[in-house]
Amino acid sequence: MTRLLHRLLGRLPIGWLQLTHNRTRLVAAMAGVAFANILVFVQLGMLGALQGTIGATYSLVQADILISSSDANTLTDGSPLTRRVMFQALAEPGVAAAAPLYLGQTDWTRPDGSTATLTVYGLPPEAESFAGPAVGSGFRQLAVADRVLLDLRTRGVDPESLADVSPDHPLRFEANGVALTAVDTVELGGGFSADGAMVTSDQTFLRLFGQRLAGTPTHILVRVAEGQDPTLVAAGLREALDDAPVLVRTLEEAASADLAYQTTQRPVGVIFGMGVLIGMLVGLVIVYQVLATDVADHLREYATFKAMGYPHRFFLSLVFEEALILAVLGFLPGVMLSLGIYAAMAAKTGLPVDMTALRAAAVFAGTILACALSGAIATQRLRGADPAELF
Amino acid sequence: MLAPIEVRHLDHWFGAGEARKQAIFDVSLSIEPGSLTILMGPSGSGKTTLLTLMGCLREVQGGSVQLLGEELRGASAACQVALRRRLGFIFQAHNLHESLTARQNVLMGLEVHGRGDRGRQDAAAEHILQLLGLGHRVDYLPENLSGGQKQRVAIARALVSNPEVVFADEPTAALDREAGLQVVRMLKALGRERGTTTVMVTHDNRILELADRIITLEDGRVVTDSAEAHQPAELLPRSASG
Ligand SMILES: Nc1ncnc2c1ncn2[C@@H]1O[C@H](COP(=O)(O)OP(=O)(O)O)[C@@H](O)[C@H]1O
Ligand SMILES: [Mg+2]
Repeated sequence: MTRLLHRLLGRLPIGWLQLTHNRTRLVAAMAGVAFANILVFVQLGMLGALQGTIGATYSLVQADILISSSDANTLTDGSPLTRRVMFQALAEPGVAAAAPLYLGQTDWTRPDGSTATLTVYGLPPEAESFAGPAVGSGFRQLAVADRVLLDLRTRGVDPESLADVSPDHPLRFEANGVALTAVDTVELGGGFSADGAMVTSDQTFLRLFGQRLAGTPTHILVRVAEGQDPTLVAAGLREALDDAPVLVRTLEEAASADLAYQTTQRPVGVIFGMGVLIGMLVGLVIVYQVLATDVADHLREYATFKAMGYPHRFFLSLVFEEALILAVLGFLPGVMLSLGIYAAMAAKTGLPVDMTALRAAAVFAGTILACALSGAIATQRLRGADPAELF
Repeated sequence: MLAPIEVRHLDHWFGAGEARKQAIFDVSLSIEPGSLTILMGPSGSGKTTLLTLMGCLREVQGGSVQLLGEELRGASAACQVALRRRLGFIFQAHNLHESLTARQNVLMGLEVHGRGDRGRQDAAAEHILQLLGLGHRVDYLPENLSGGQKQRVAIARALVSNPEVVFADEPTAALDREAGLQVVRMLKALGRERGTTTVMVTHDNRILELADRIITLEDGRVVTDSAEAHQPAELLPRSASG
């Protein structure tokens, strides 16, 4: 290894020799870097879970454009619209179809007797083309009143217990005082504001939520005609609906605005975002501490090298060498342990906490950057000083 | 031939404000090329300070030092780096890198001049360690060497790249009589063969007879100088500057 690095660097690999000379210190430094990595991974995992679950709420529908009340910040929190908006939209050129989407939340008693909160999606049975890929063929069963699709991945429910729900094995239960029959399942999973989802027809939805009037959906889903650009059609709709208090956005725009809102305006998102920042900061401090201590402990040797005529960039390359080695040696256990923590978090919360290659690469690059930056700062003390002052 | 070291009215202070204290007072010296000069004087008389000022390891505050034709006062970082590569410094403490073997420590003295033939550099390092009686210890870490052996590695590191000027601060303190003499004879031989100039701080009376010149410091002033032995230092005319 020393020989290889010697050839690679064109000089003695002093960083490597220095790090491996003191094994206890190396292990402590690796643990420090690994800990910093874990800190950032855990925070990113939670932020990623929040983002993932926000994105997932949109996967139960399929549309080009979403018309929502102007106070709608997320998929579920807008005031009801009037159906008139839908008929106005249908009259616009470029619009092929439109459907009302009703959203609400209800309590559901799990098979084990505990209570879960479900987001209820109500969609007219004839609007099958607006049901998202996550809904599946069960949607056709909903034309019959009081039939619903239950979320197989509802938090706190063993998926096995719902796996055989079908028209032949219906699951009967009661919600909001209405007797319902689950005839199939969808796969969504819990998020931060609900434990799972339930899909019904608009009529069943209105029976469940007696106070909601038939003409007041939460959103209008719009499909544009073949070959039309949703962005352009949305612009036209915005103009046509200019006097109504509505937002007209493509589904992607709505989803990313929702994501931005929940991650930057809502306490949960802000806390996770701050967590990532603080994790990075604490990580930087740990890494800096490790490298600064190492430089301080070798000040006499470095002063000697400086006295021999080594320029400042030699010391920079030396700490970069150390930084890189520490980044690699700390990252490996860091990412391993994080995978374990992710699995534990996912099991405990039912949230989609999982490692992505992009996240791992970003944290690795960040670690190298933090190490290099810390190293550069740590060597500042050497730069101006006379060698004789450092002995 | 130009003197490798010219010191003119050199003053030096430590500390700032109230604590500011002068350590070197109006020192002027001219060192002959190829000579072995010994600096003597009681502890705290300013020997190390003077040596590090002449050796480009400390910023010159007052007066001037010309080293190998370059003025050190206000010298740029690049100029300092270039000059230091032409010097060999042997410190009071050995200052070896604990993670490097004897050979690797010596290699540091060669690699400072840039990438070279690895095999040749290895051989040169080993050769000089052999000359200093460490042929059987080339791959030892400092922690496995005795004090005298470590000091000899430090000497090898300073000499391996044939420096033009060698500065040595009590290099023989950790060596026994024979080894100490051997090192000084080697430095002297270098002076004869390659014209290497050596300035050495020592208390070691055994070495004095090998010196070309002996300078004694007291409280930061030159009090005796064998080059001007016919004239007591105290009676030399003092410059008004400084
Ligand atoms: N870094 C320093 N800071 C403050 N005073 C110093 C420093 N180095 C040396 N001195 C002072 O300068 C004087 C000369 O010191 P030094 O050159 O080390 O003497 P010597 O090497 O002859 O023993 C002493 O009084 C010492 O206390
Ligand atoms: Mg001294």
